[in-house]
Formats: sequence, structure tokens, C-alpha cells
Amino acid sequence: MSEDKKVALVTGATRGIGRAIAEQLADAGFFVVGSATSEKGAAAIGEYLGERGTGVVMNVADDASVADTLKHINEAHGAPLVLVNNAGITRDNIMLRMKADEWSDVINTNLNSLYRVSKACLKGMTKARWGRVINISSVVGTMGNAGQANYAAAKGGVEGFTRALARELGSRNITVNAVAPGFIQTDMTDALPEAQREALLGEIPLGRLGAPAEVASAVAWLASDGGGYVTGTTVHVNGGMFTG
Amino acid sequence: MSSIEERVQKIIVEQLGVKPEDVKSEASFVEDLGADSLDTVELVMALEEEFETEIPDEEAEKISTVQAAVDYIKVHS
Repeated sequence: MSEDKKVALVTGATRGIGRAIAEQLADAGFFVVGSATSEKGAAAIGEYLGERGTGVVMNVADDASVADTLKHINEAHGAPLVLVNNAGITRDNIMLRMKADEWSDVINTNLNSLYRVSKACLKGMTKARWGRVINISSVVGTMGNAGQANYAAAKGGVEGFTRALARELGSRNITVNAVAPGFIQTDMTDALPEAQREALLGEIPLGRLGAPAEVASAVAWLASDGGGYVTGTTVHVNGGMFTG
Repeated sequence: MSSIEERVQKIIVEQLGVKPEDVKSEASFVEDLGADSLDTVELVMALEEEFETEIPDEEAEKISTVQAAVDYIKVHS
């Protein structure tokens, strides 16, 4: 049981940015429920969180999976009052070659998931008169990136959703924000070819990739009481490569 | 045990912060009792809790007056 700790749900918490967020929210005193798409992933989350949280299997791209998992979380641990919509995928391709499913998979997992998971968590937050929704966007959502029209469209959508929901729920003391990472050292960026990596670093004033923990600390701040007067905004964590 | 009418009235008074005498059966939550759309959702959530029932979204949207709430509860609890 989560006793009197607030429950925080982090989607896509197996590794990378999601894991760093789950760990920092646990450090901040939340009971963290991290989601993964596989049993193995959920077990890994349970292992690194120990008694400070648990892992669950949930496919954010699937209505029934989200409904079932949220029902389980509510019953077993209590309603999540912090929701971090982090789970996401890439299916990069230039538009002229992009398959319909490369488009729709990315929109469904990265954007439609916000409809499913957020809606399922809002009743609990409304009732508690306290809530934090934090959506992980990307610098690509504002800058654009060749080969990522699907991903950029989803992330731009995430930020519009963030602004609208912030206006809807402000009166209930629920804040809604986005955090937009730039290039962060994860499996996703490790896969980049060396030449592309060098070119990329030239675009970043701080001259290095970011660490997952540097994204997670922005999320932890938005979730904290100290972040309580910030809503409807996007926090950019990108080493200066884009300054909006 | 209070009647369904009394229990519904009590919830409306608590949720919307209105006076008990204003909660007339024909009163509309939005037009007469000053509720906004979020208030009406919360009202339905409070009714669900009080009467241990689940009100589907498409039914909830029809509950716009005090009488409609009482009628729904009478049929479904």
C-alpha cells in the first residue's frame, strides 16, 4: 500500500528519461507507479523502485489496457495525483516515404495516449483538489525535424493539449505542464550515426547531450509544492539548442 | 434514514455552495444554481459516491436539474 504518500504514475518508466523521472519522484516522497509494455519491463521497474513504488504493465496505445490498469492502480494504491505522460515511440521516415502506420502508430502512442490516461486520472485529482499533469514533449514539437513529421505533429499536439487542459482545470488546483527535452543521452540517441551526432553537438550551445536526470529534475520541480504556480507552460531542457 | 430527495439536496448544497431553499426540484444546476460544466461533473461524482452507483457519461449529461438527479437515483439505486 502507498499509505499516506501521494501516488505518481509515470508511463514508459523502464529506462531512459522515464526511469530517471520515476526515481526522482520516488526520492521526492511519492509512491511511484511506473508503467511498461511488458511483464519484464514492469518487473525491472519494481526492482529499481523497491518499496518506493511498483511496476505495472500498460499499453498506452490501447483503450482497454489503460482502463484496466488504472482501475487496478486506484484499488491497489489509490488514485494517482501526479501523472507523467512520458511513454512514446519514434517511427522516423521522410514524409514522401512515410507509411500510414508509421504516422498513426506515433500519433496513437504519443498523443492519443494523453486522452486515455489523463482522462482516467482526472476524477481523482478533481476530487482531491490537487493534481499535477506533466507531459513529456520534445524540442522537435516546436522546432520540427526532418524525418519526424509524425513525431513533431504528436509533440506539437501534446503542447496544445497541455495549454487547453491547464485552463480547464486551474480552478481545481490541478496544474498541467509540458517538459520538452532536447537531445538526451538515451538508447534513442545512442542509435545516431557518429557524423550526425557531431553535427548535432555543433547546434547545442552547451556542447553536450543532456542527461535523463536533468529532464527528470524539471519534472520533479513541476510536481513539487514549489512548482505550484506554474501551469500551461512548456519547460525547455535542451542545452540552449532552441530558445523559444 | 433520510429520503433520496433529502440526500440529493444535501449533496447539491455541499457541492455547489448554494442555500438549501434554492434547491427546488425544477432548479437547473447551470441556469439556476450557478454551476459550471466542471461543477456538474463533480456533482455527478458525488452522487455516484453517495448512492454507490456508476452513472455512465451519456446518462450524466442528461442530469441537469434537481428532479432529474432524484429520478435517476430512484431508478438506479
